[in-house]
Amino acid sequence: MCTTCGCADHSTARLTDLTTGQTFDLHEDAHAHRHHSHDHDHAHDHDHSHDHSHDHSHTHPHDHSHHSHHDNQRTTVLEEAVLAKNDRLAERNRGWFSASRVLALNLVSSPGSGKTTLLERTIRDLQSDLPIHVIEGDQETTHDAERIRRTGCRVVQINTGAGCHLEAEMVARGIERLASPPHSIVMIENVGNLVCPALFDLGEQAKVAILSVTEGEDKPLKYPHMFRAAQVMLLNKIDLLPHLTFDVARCLDYAREVNPQITVFQVSAQTGEGLPRWYDWLRTQLRTLGERPTC
Amino acid sequence: MHELSITRNIVAIVNEHAKGERVTEVTLEIGLLSAVLPDSIRFCFDIVAKGTAVEGARLNIIEVAGHGRCRACGQDVELRHPIARCSCGSSDLSRLSGEQLTIKQMVTTPCAQPADAPITPLRG
Ligand SMILES: [Zn+2]
Repeated sequence: MCTTCGCADHSTARLTDLTTGQTFDLHEDAHAHRHHSHDHDHAHDHDHSHDHSHDHSHTHPHDHSHHSHHDNQRTTVLEEAVLAKNDRLAERNRGWFSASRVLALNLVSSPGSGKTTLLERTIRDLQSDLPIHVIEGDQETTHDAERIRRTGCRVVQINTGAGCHLEAEMVARGIERLASPPHSIVMIENVGNLVCPALFDLGEQAKVAILSVTEGEDKPLKYPHMFRAAQVMLLNKIDLLPHLTFDVARCLDYAREVNPQITVFQVSAQTGEGLPRWYDWLRTQLRTLGERPTC
Repeated sequence: MHELSITRNIVAIVNEHAKGERVTEVTLEIGLLSAVLPDSIRFCFDIVAKGTAVEGARLNIIEVAGHGRCRACGQDVELRHPIARCSCGSSDLSRLSGEQLTIKQMVTTPCAQPADAPITPLRG
């Protein structure tokens, strides 16, 4: 692990372009940006370079000596937001989406919510009038991305390796690769969990949480951070309701308890029930995006 | 577990500011609405700090309650949990603070190495 930037998390993060089959190592790329052309052996030369420069020791001011040390201890006030770097990159993504009039949605769920099936169906149903591109997040496999590719849609896969969520930098690489045209939608299918993705802004216009009726109706209470951060909740697999004891009204109460503003669509990706209202919402979002002045 | 990658961020930022000095203490402020568990950060901290200038540093965590305003009645509400209600019964609260995750300060001690020497991992 790189002891300075602590980026071991992404040491196995990769981007795969399903159309061309090319794979890129995100970690190496990220470092090439940050370290510029520095020799990688000097793993500590980050861009805001500490003023040590290997060969100029004679001119080098020993800044240590300028500080007075009481019992050799020095307190430095930092006041630095831990996620500042991700938030900055997310803002950059958001600026790009808005300037390019691309609607970006961050789809979050637990495993087994039927998220990929829902996405496949949405793409197939809207294909003729709405261009949709997909950034598919997964820890290891390209299985879901292959399913999406079979719809004929442009898709890049990001494998996060040990990381349990997508980060803004990965999405930046994805949008670079996709080069989505104006008035299209980029669906970012986040890694399947409802905890970690809540913390990492990707620059999306909205988070869409997908919950299926085969899960517990109290999920919004168990994962309040995510359901609070989401603008939309898709309650999926409602075709199975007759066989289950799932209490829809109670689930919606819980969701509104956590997030009174949340918009809920009850849908079935199997039968197509309820999907037209979800599609209308997508169209409205795209339209209002176009009405906003670009900045 | 996002606390691991968050702890890596913390250690990376502190390491960068330490500029080769040894870090003996790190103070964090975590808002109670931040979705980050202080105990998990504590658990990860020693592991992640190993082999860096932060190894062995003391970790102080200040937990801070959040603040919100009730959209129904307008009063200020202290928020200690992501699910909260105003005393008027409404759960429609705008959030003003409580999601922060900040490195407040660090304490360092100069090490024997000259400032321009490449930083080598500290042991022991
Ligand atoms: Zn109130």
